[in-house]
Amino acid sequence: MSYKKRNDGRDFNETRPIEAKVGVIKRADGSAMFRIGNTVAYVAVYGPRELYPKFLQNPEKGVLRVNYNMMPFSGSGERVRPGPSRRSKEISYVTEKALLPVLNLAEWPNAVVDVFIELPQTDAGTRCAGICAASMALADAGIEMKDMVAAISVGRVDDKLVVDLNYEEEAYDGEVADIPVAVIPSTGEVSLLQMDGEISKEDLMKVLELAKETAVKINEIQKEALKKKFEVQ
Amino acid sequence: MSELKVKDKDIVVPGDIVAEGIDFLPSYGTYRLGDNILANRLGLIKIEGKVIKLIPLSGKYLPKKNDIIVGKVIDVNFSGWRVDTNSAYSAMLGLKDATSDFVRRGADLTKFYDIGDYMVAEIINVTSQNLIDLTLKGPGLRKVRGGRIITINPNKVPRVIGKQGSMVTIIKQSTGCQIIVGQNGVIWLEGTPQGEILAVRTIEKIEQESHISGLTERVQKFLEENKLESKVN
Repeated sequence: MSYKKRNDGRDFNETRPIEAKVGVIKRADGSAMFRIGNTVAYVAVYGPRELYPKFLQNPEKGVLRVNYNMMPFSGSGERVRPGPSRRSKEISYVTEKALLPVLNLAEWPNAVVDVFIELPQTDAGTRCAGICAASMALADAGIEMKDMVAAISVGRVDDKLVVDLNYEEEAYDGEVADIPVAVIPSTGEVSLLQMDGEISKEDLMKVLELAKETAVKINEIQKEALKKKFEVQ
Repeated sequence: MSELKVKDKDIVVPGDIVAEGIDFLPSYGTYRLGDNILANRLGLIKIEGKVIKLIPLSGKYLPKKNDIIVGKVIDVNFSGWRVDTNSAYSAMLGLKDATSDFVRRGADLTKFYDIGDYMVAEIINVTSQNLIDLTLKGPGLRKVRGGRIITINPNKVPRVIGKQGSMVTIIKQSTGCQIIVGQNGVIWLEGTPQGEILAVRTIEKIEQESHISGLTERVQKFLEENKLESKVN
């Protein structure tokens, strides 16, 4: 048994169709939507604003606080149960760590930037969609950041190296490696790297190259979406 | 060999390359990475000779010394008042900076300013931790009564005021409103009900369209058109 053709007819290095939009939540200081295939992420950014309780404050620089949440009706209900869980806490934490290297919050001591990631519809690759949307929303909120973060999941399905796994591929009956990667495009640095499954060293290096190439393309879409908000009608 | 990658007044997003080569100098909102100059915010590019500057389009108000702001009293304590500044930090208005009256120890300070009152105040000091001191001693600094308060994006305040107050003067003349624009994006205005509504709509229009050139003409046209309508009714 080998994986000859992708179940949705894509090329092995092709992502699902991407759509990005900025300014979707009017009352938020910054907001964005990022859709990749059937996975949809909405992000609202609030702040910098006052941070209480006081012991959470950092007098040297502002604090970033990320909350990742799958909505109760999202997903197919097969594997991941939506709602607060150990998993969503972990993803909130790694998203925070993926975004922090580009942010400069030194101007905002004792303050907080709140990032809320909500997923109304999920089909694998949620943390990557969340990171992509979050960096657009942070830019929209006018926070100083040296670059935006683009994230994509790459991996291996049987013997094939693939970009942007959907849920069917993730649940493929065979050997699967699912590797979400977040890349800072201007420097090529990686700010998030996780893996589910196993992969050889050679394949990992190849697949990371694929991830970097794809991240640059995603970054173009992010930038375009941000500029579109200010276009003359 | 240095080359500009954008035109004056172009919109850039974090991570955009603004210029290549070492002949240009990065100023506010831009930084150097290797040979290139990149944007680190969302905003409009301003090229002044060799210096490249960025005018932000979004972001929260960052308190600055000598700014005139419109604030709201949120707490009263023994020695003064705590004032919300529409930023991540609240300000302190000391008794000595608020009034020249003699105030007996332990007197009820709500007689002067109560919770919920709005005031036009000047920032006299901002510390490294963004602790803010206010004063009400100065021309035009006072508590405001009546009218209405609206909040706009603080980055648009210079557009609403205009060069030497030209824009706000136009609005004042055609709506018959009294208007005070705080640097923190809080605006107090008072006039006839129709005048107030027109002024609010005009300010909202400026906020939305300020990055598109020919703003003053459009605002004048808008005010003229709507002035006629109110006469017909």
